[in-house]
Amino acid sequence: MGFLDIDNVTKSYGTVEVLHRVDISVGEGEFLVLVGPSGCGKSTLLNMIAGLEEITSGTISINGRVVNDVHPSRRNIAMVFQSYALYPNMTVGQNMTFGLEMHGVPRAERERALKDVAQLLQIGHLLDRKPGQLSGGQRQRVAMGRALVRDPDVFLFDEPLSNLDAKLRVDMRTEIKKLHHRLGRTTVYVTHDQIEALTLSTRIAVMNKGHVQQLGTPREIYDRPANTFVASFMGNPSMNLMPARIVVQGGVPHAQVTLEGASQKLLRLGQPALAAQDGREVILGLRPEAITDEGGADRSAQLVEQVDHVVSVVEPAGADTFASFTVGGRDVVARLRANSQPRVGAQFPFRLNMDKAVVFDPRTEARIGD
Amino acid sequence: MSAEAMPAATSRADLRGRLQDWLPRLVLSPSVAAMLVFVYGFIAYTIYLSFTGSKMLPSYDWVGFDNYRRLFGLSAWTTALVNLGIFASLYILISVAIGLMLAIFLDQKIRAEGGLRAIYLYPMALSFIVTGTAWKWLLDPGIGIENTMHLWGWESFRFDWIKDRDMAIYTLVIAAVWQSSGFVMAMFLAGLRGIDNEILKAAQIDGASNLSLYRRIVIPMLRPAFLSAFVILAHLAIKSYDLVIALTGGGPGRATELPATFMYSYTFTRNQMGVGAASAVIMLMGVASVIVPYIYAEMRQGDDR
Amino acid sequence: MSVATQSTAVRTGRAGRALIVTVLIFFALFYLLPLGVMVINSLKPLPEITGGNMMALPQEPTLEPWRSAWSTAQIGVQATGLKPYFLNSILMVVPAVAISTMLGALNGYVLTKWRFPGHRWVFGLLLFSCFIPFQIVLIPMARLLGLMGLAGSLPGLILVHVVYGIGFSTLYFRNYYAAFPTELVRAAMIDGAGFFRIFWRIMLPVSGPIAVVCIIWQFTNIWNDFLFGVSFAGLDAMPMTVALNNLVQSSTGVREYNVHFAAAILAALPTLIVYIVAGRYFVRGLMAGSVKG
Repeated sequence: MGFLDIDNVTKSYGTVEVLHRVDISVGEGEFLVLVGPSGCGKSTLLNMIAGLEEITSGTISINGRVVNDVHPSRRNIAMVFQSYALYPNMTVGQNMTFGLEMHGVPRAERERALKDVAQLLQIGHLLDRKPGQLSGGQRQRVAMGRALVRDPDVFLFDEPLSNLDAKLRVDMRTEIKKLHHRLGRTTVYVTHDQIEALTLSTRIAVMNKGHVQQLGTPREIYDRPANTFVASFMGNPSMNLMPARIVVQGGVPHAQVTLEGASQKLLRLGQPALAAQDGREVILGLRPEAITDEGGADRSAQLVEQVDHVVSVVEPAGADTFASFTVGGRDVVARLRANSQPRVGAQFPFRLNMDKAVVFDPRTEARIGD
Repeated sequence: MSAEAMPAATSRADLRGRLQDWLPRLVLSPSVAAMLVFVYGFIAYTIYLSFTGSKMLPSYDWVGFDNYRRLFGLSAWTTALVNLGIFASLYILISVAIGLMLAIFLDQKIRAEGGLRAIYLYPMALSFIVTGTAWKWLLDPGIGIENTMHLWGWESFRFDWIKDRDMAIYTLVIAAVWQSSGFVMAMFLAGLRGIDNEILKAAQIDGASNLSLYRRIVIPMLRPAFLSAFVILAHLAIKSYDLVIALTGGGPGRATELPATFMYSYTFTRNQMGVGAASAVIMLMGVASVIVPYIYAEMRQGDDR
Repeated sequence: MSVATQSTAVRTGRAGRALIVTVLIFFALFYLLPLGVMVINSLKPLPEITGGNMMALPQEPTLEPWRSAWSTAQIGVQATGLKPYFLNSILMVVPAVAISTMLGALNGYVLTKWRFPGHRWVFGLLLFSCFIPFQIVLIPMARLLGLMGLAGSLPGLILVHVVYGIGFSTLYFRNYYAAFPTELVRAAMIDGAGFFRIFWRIMLPVSGPIAVVCIIWQFTNIWNDFLFGVSFAGLDAMPMTVALNNLVQSSTGVREYNVHFAAAILAALPTLIVYIVAGRYFVRGLMAGSVKG
């Protein structure tokens, strides 16, 4: 049993079920990220953990106590909201200590906690200001400060960085990561940003349409996505998905893909289990960084295939150069080294690291082969 | 938090939690109760009375639709309905026309906009009794506008509508428009200010003249303001009572009798409570036919809030 | 909600502008005329009005009509002037406005932040109650006030105005609180604040603008009410508007127009002052109550 247990939880509004049988167990000190597109139910789940929405069925327990009927203020949680939800009529200091005041913490203790947190977040100089006088980044810090002051069992974050500009978002992301390292508190963090999910989490729950699609470490999620939704949602540019057919030659499974000009190409697959699937239509998934130029190929890779193909688009992106070509009617993006120089309309020798290839069933969209 | 687990503390917390759950409804309940009794209960009671033979005091003998039959047989009531028809349509039409025109004109970066807006709007702050008193006198041919024109040398000027059975109803329109058109102006002005200037710029680049710009783009975009203005003005017209009392007293003769004055005099001075109640029910139905669709739309809109 | 944002980007020619300004000034005069004429003529002795031009400035300005309207004019049985009725109106308006505004704030808070099944129905019923023609409740209200022993009394009038004022005050606060971020209420809940604590500490401190709007609206409406006053007030509790009407309509003796005007202005003064002092909010209030419904 974990520290925070979400056990068979569903949520319905009237007859519409928006969350279907969610089971997640979060260990003490873990950083769980709920990620998914908008409307996937991740915020609803977070609100249920906070006690802001009723649980239709199932139980949520924190630190061994079932909290289904416990008022939010008595769950010993703290939450950082997307809009920060700072009380506009109170100063920063009052905002941060309001929760302690409501819980009857004596003034001296409140002041001490406030001082500690203000120092930790370097917002000591802002304590007498009103939220309206702060910049976006400062408000974000204050909102985090308000959560930290409570010293809760569980931190809940609801898309806390989505109102910040790109640069600040990256800085605050690092800051949150540092804070988690330092305090080691159990955290549940909701975001639609897959980079945030991968960088911050110890485990990720990828959600879509009210279902948890996959629960796992960032590495598992990234390398072994449970289905095509997870594969394409996580990672940027997203995983290349190509229609293919399993062809077994000499007992070794290959993925047969159609290149431009209707020529067929066999790509060796590393999953022996697929040898039993001769002739099956599949979807072949390969991340852009697994398709490189000759010099950029992973030296430790076992299975490397070469595909010579005409380049359709070249997008230099500073650190890398992205080049696209077409397989089976789909655009495939390759991530090349910055100094490689593919030319649009010319042939280019791509290297495919088939160690990283994953195979999906086109009908169920689930991963197969191992 | 471990102290929380103790049974005694938990049950007390539960009790408090349950109270907290009921508090919102508890707080709302006096208002809801008052509304149910004083609005809907009273409506039901009046509807009931309209089917009884009540005279000076309520009585409970059921007479079916007799009162309604009598009501629509009374020439005073049909006069009141015709008058309301004339008054309401002109009042709404002219108020909207003037309000829209003033709003569009005020929106043209007029320097003294704030001051003008205040002048146009202040009549809304006055009671209809004050408005009626002022206009009663301005319209009085003996000392008002007609007299002034005569003194200024325009001897043939005639403006004695308030004494004229056929024209008196229009004096009500004048006074009512004077009171409300500034308010309609404010509604349209708010609507105009809500229109994205980039749309106007785009239309100008597309070559629209000012006239076609307003006719084809701006005014259609003011639809919500038109609707609100109509709803507000229509229900004000049906409720109009004070202004008639102060301006004309319903006269000359019955020339300015409206349903509201009819209801009052039949109920409280002529002791025909059943007929009075029936007329009030008809008035309510008139208002409801305007307001209910509006509220329905409002409630449906509330779905996504 | 604010009226004073940007004005249009439409350009007009010089001739067009001249026309626009002319029309605007003409209507300004139209709106100012009755008030101006009333003020001018309230300062004239009676013969100057009956024998002269209403547009002319007073030859012999006098405050006598004002004094008469305030303290000696014959209204009802006694020659008391408007003074006692002015007091009646104040005694009626202040509690009625205070109570209905407070209830409206609480109702708006519940209807937006503590929703329960059926909240939309409650709101719809309240909204409809704002618009009913009051004729439909006159008869039962008169009966009930009689049964409660409140007929013809100020407390009775206050009750009536509170009951029929709740709809609008709730409407204002509900629309205002609907735009107020619910996350703040949730944050306060997690912080441990209860229903009333959130209302006092989080909602009320930011309700200033809408409270002003609501108070002005209720004040204007209740002060200007005539129908309830004439139906339920009796002689002792008669509010200003009814007294003014009685004075102006009285058929006995000479018609003292100058006194009537002074009285009319006196009756309009409180709402006019409120309008001048807080007119900007008044406009906003009208908008909130109508455009937003």
